[in-house]
Amino acid sequence: MSTNGKPKFAMYWAASCGGCEIAVLNTGEKILDVDANFEVVFWPVAMDAKYKDVEAMPDGSILLTLFNGGIRNQENEEIAHLLRRKSQILVAFGSCACEGCIPGLANLSSTEQIFKAVYDSVTSENAQNYRPQFHTTMPEGDIHIPKFYPVLRTLDQVVDVDYYLPGCPPESHQIAAVIDLVIQVLNGQASLPLKGAVIGAGQSTVCDDCPRQRNVKTIKAFRRIHEVEELDPELCLLEQGIPCNGPATRNGCGALCPKAGAQCIGCYGPANGVVDYGARLISAFASVIDSNDPEEIEQILDQIPDPAGQFYRFNLAGSLLRAGKPAWKQ
Amino acid sequence: MKKQTEIEGKERIGVYVCHCGTNIAGIVDVEDVAAWAEKELGDRGVVITRDYKFMCSSLGQELIEKDIKEQGLTRVVVAACSPHLHEATFRKACENAGLNRYLCELVSIREQVSWVHTDKVAATAKAKAVVAGGVERVIHHEPLEALHVPIHPATMVVGGGIAGIQAAIEIADAGFPVYLVEREPSIGGHMAQFDKTFPTLDCAACILTPKMVTAGTHPNIKIFSYSEVTNVDGYVGNFTVTIRKKARYVNEELCTGCGICQEKCPAKVIDDIYEAGLGYRKGAYIPFPQAVPKFPVIDKANCVFFERGTCKACQKFCPTNAIDFDQEDEYVTVEVGNIILATGYDLFDPRQISQYGYGRLANVFTSMEFERLSNAAGPTNGEIVLRDGVTKPTSVGIIHCVGSRDRNYNNYCSVICCMQSLKFAHLVHERTGATVYNFYIDMRTAYKEYDEFYQRVLEEGTLFVRGKVAEVTDAARLSIEEGKLIIQVEDTLAGVQRRIPVDMVVLSAAMIPRHDAHDVAHLFGISCSANGWFIEKHPKLDPVATMTEGIFIAGCVQGPKDIPSSVAQGAAASARVLGRIQQGEIALEPVRATVDQSICSGCRICNNLCPFNAILFHEDRMVSEINAALCQGCGTCIAACPAGAITGTGFSNEQIFAQIEGLMRVNFQHEKMTELA
Amino acid sequence: MSEQFEPILVGFTCNWCSYRAADLAGTARVKYPPNIRLVRLMCSGRLDPAFVIKAFAEGADGVLITGCHPGECHYLEQNYKALRRYLLLRRTLEQMGVEPERLKLVWASAAEGVKLAHEISTMVEEVRALGPLDWPRWWNENGFHAVVEEQAQEVTA
Repeated sequence: MSTNGKPKFAMYWAASCGGCEIAVLNTGEKILDVDANFEVVFWPVAMDAKYKDVEAMPDGSILLTLFNGGIRNQENEEIAHLLRRKSQILVAFGSCACEGCIPGLANLSSTEQIFKAVYDSVTSENAQNYRPQFHTTMPEGDIHIPKFYPVLRTLDQVVDVDYYLPGCPPESHQIAAVIDLVIQVLNGQASLPLKGAVIGAGQSTVCDDCPRQRNVKTIKAFRRIHEVEELDPELCLLEQGIPCNGPATRNGCGALCPKAGAQCIGCYGPANGVVDYGARLISAFASVIDSNDPEEIEQILDQIPDPAGQFYRFNLAGSLLRAGKPAWKQ
Repeated sequence: MKKQTEIEGKERIGVYVCHCGTNIAGIVDVEDVAAWAEKELGDRGVVITRDYKFMCSSLGQELIEKDIKEQGLTRVVVAACSPHLHEATFRKACENAGLNRYLCELVSIREQVSWVHTDKVAATAKAKAVVAGGVERVIHHEPLEALHVPIHPATMVVGGGIAGIQAAIEIADAGFPVYLVEREPSIGGHMAQFDKTFPTLDCAACILTPKMVTAGTHPNIKIFSYSEVTNVDGYVGNFTVTIRKKARYVNEELCTGCGICQEKCPAKVIDDIYEAGLGYRKGAYIPFPQAVPKFPVIDKANCVFFERGTCKACQKFCPTNAIDFDQEDEYVTVEVGNIILATGYDLFDPRQISQYGYGRLANVFTSMEFERLSNAAGPTNGEIVLRDGVTKPTSVGIIHCVGSRDRNYNNYCSVICCMQSLKFAHLVHERTGATVYNFYIDMRTAYKEYDEFYQRVLEEGTLFVRGKVAEVTDAARLSIEEGKLIIQVEDTLAGVQRRIPVDMVVLSAAMIPRHDAHDVAHLFGISCSANGWFIEKHPKLDPVATMTEGIFIAGCVQGPKDIPSSVAQGAAASARVLGRIQQGEIALEPVRATVDQSICSGCRICNNLCPFNAILFHEDRMVSEINAALCQGCGTCIAACPAGAITGTGFSNEQIFAQIEGLMRVNFQHEKMTELA
Repeated sequence: MSEQFEPILVGFTCNWCSYRAADLAGTARVKYPPNIRLVRLMCSGRLDPAFVIKAFAEGADGVLITGCHPGECHYLEQNYKALRRYLLLRRTLEQMGVEPERLKLVWASAAEGVKLAHEISTMVEEVRALGPLDWPRWWNENGFHAVVEEQAQEVTA
């Protein structure tokens, strides 16, 4: 199948920050196992390659593609379709591909609002109010850049996905474990999980790995971490009023943030079978608020100034509603 | 993460649309609904659709049974009336044909469609949506089995008033053990304080005392008096109840109830409970002569020995050496299968209505004070006299609805006040010959012999003034008002303001929920209405059961009522309990939540959400678990679980999501609706 | 005769109070607009915010949550949990562009058939005034997100 007999490997970077690529490099010597077992045919960050080279490959000729990033523009989408055609196993790699992640939060805004933030904010010098020109006619002919879509989509909202590897970025030891697994499969020592499975993560939630003491919960106030004078290092953060997303977030990271004294922000996404991650948190937090008085409840809720950001920070594009009205109604 | 409807396997679904005569078919085009379901829901697994005049008839049911057998249906959707009416009927039909009863879904197109809408096109469209919702939902149904729980044959009755006594005796007579728990030193409740009972005027003691004695001596009844329930664990069939027996400083084994301690006790205390503050009792006391059990209580707060360290008169004179000053509260744990709560009521404190002067004007009495005054065993030996203890009144005003039917206090009617006030009027008339005025808003004398009693009191010459009393005052304007209490009232029949001078005013105070009703409700896992009365399972059809299996209510704890109704409820509750005990076990609806322990991370969000304490946390494994017998199936924990680790039978996420998808399958593509209510 | 907008509402009811109120409205033949479709839950405490979100995502123009009056919950106090979830959910949805008026919580006891019918009628009119919500149906026949291609941004300066 392969020119050097080794199965082919690809990795692609769509709308994302690049952290996923770093995470792969962070696997250290494990990267050598990739090289030993695979022929890397396409990995724009690591090596030179052209889309047309991929187009020229026979369909299904790439064994494994790790796709990170969400689908923000036409180019992302085209490559997603291309790699889907060429790959036997397509993995949504990292939070952006799985559920939209931080780029997905732009789904709360209209395209113009996004452009304004990018081209008109204090960090940009743009006195002429330039905007991207998707079509430009030049003497040499028409040139165009990929269309910018109003709504960012997750990979599986565009193409069929075989596996999901969550995390922002996925923990390197989890990536290493997945690489090991694939190599074992290649050697006939293991079999692939069921299609659609989440790999490189746990089956429970972050609390499962969190060493903090947990009690029956009642919350009288939400506080941001810097507002707490003395954080109890042993006690559950949520019980201290810190809106920790750990209870709803799939484990796999080893509860890194809570262990370090910061609340979980939810980058590993929902647990198995959960239809809407944010709804889980809304329901859970509201359930344990210690008040039955509407006014007092509202006061407590005021302490979560950005509920959508709190509950859908990583999952907006992957949620049931996917995008706010400003994004889709423009 | 595909749309849910894309991923299910195929079931064989039968859809049955009921005409309900013209009840449904008059508004909903049932044939169209059936035809639509066959065509549009075929890809969802609908293999057969029928419409029929009356699905609930035996012919209608046979239709379903036949199709299940011949067509191999695996799911059934009936579009007819409310599931509260006929869900059981159609489930039974499925069961008869060998299909698990929970694979049937009844959707309401009568109460929710044909009876509330008038636009035929819109109603038909909505009926289609409702059917589609049912079809999508039923695909996700699973075969379930009812939960069977054994019933412990013992019963606990909490509250030893007439309702509780009646319930205890009924169950004990049937041969089963009863624990009767009473907060006061003696059983008897409010009824023991009364003199006469309306409308027959039998002496309360004469009819109550024998029942108290029966309860006290019954081999199947164990009375815990001067005791309170402190903890309830377990669930229907298997409650473990902890009772605190308050220290009475009297050894019940040795005490003969001779009463010498009471006689010798030097401490004299106003008796706020039994004598309603009108009389005295001793520091060591038996609340009243017919008390059951007859053991006295030493009231620690008012005992000379406990106060000053010397006295012990009671101990010196006790012939059986039963006084034990070292006694401590004792905690007893008993196992019971069912619990009947008959904890009664409190009396509204008329001090809250300051314009009626109670507590300020000496000769304004509460109804309970009047009961004691008129009681032959009371502080005045039944003499109806003014607060000075000697003067007989020549005129008495009785005010109804004090604290009831009054939006400032309680909106409800206290039920007994009219008859009680008539009884008072009769007793005053009989014993003093005084002129009696009754001030009423409406005269409520429903039930057997009640109105006859009213007629009798009318004939006796009691004067009735229809109107809500504005004020009771001692500020005289005229010489005939000097030294009197003046009742200021608008006589709404005559349309005049009246000032009526009287010697004595009796306030028929409202019955109110026990001050600790909410705590008691919480302890036993039941709920109170906004007013504070315990809520029955159904106000008409299940008046003594509660939403918590195994907990029943009887008497005034459920709402104001008279003695016959309290007795009837006591008996009714015992009948319910006896039915359970005879069955030996109870089948519970399998609507329950369970925790998938492989997903549960032990975050403990759910731990505090269950009012029935069904969720326990395993510290060792750091996971939560739900006790299926305790779970009542409300689903709050399912909705709250952040990990989605809790699932529920009967109302699963998948079922609800699917139903929503189905409901939204039909949109409003019809002619403009002409009618909008 | 102008074609007026007919909103679709999804109503979540409690088996013990509001569903019975709906039954009662039926038995008493109290009329209300056919724009609402009811889902029965065992308790308003069962109401998962995801149900509401699902209803909007499926095209509902409004969602009505109903439960027992405070203090009258058949499961003691689960309706307070529904209240808290509702308040938090409403804030979140507002950020997504769902007007707060499209999500409403109403207490209705089993005896309040007339009240429930009235609340439904009122809400239908309120949502009608707001106009359609028209949340995109994100799925095409293949199960994939189908909307954005037509809307793809082609900004000209």
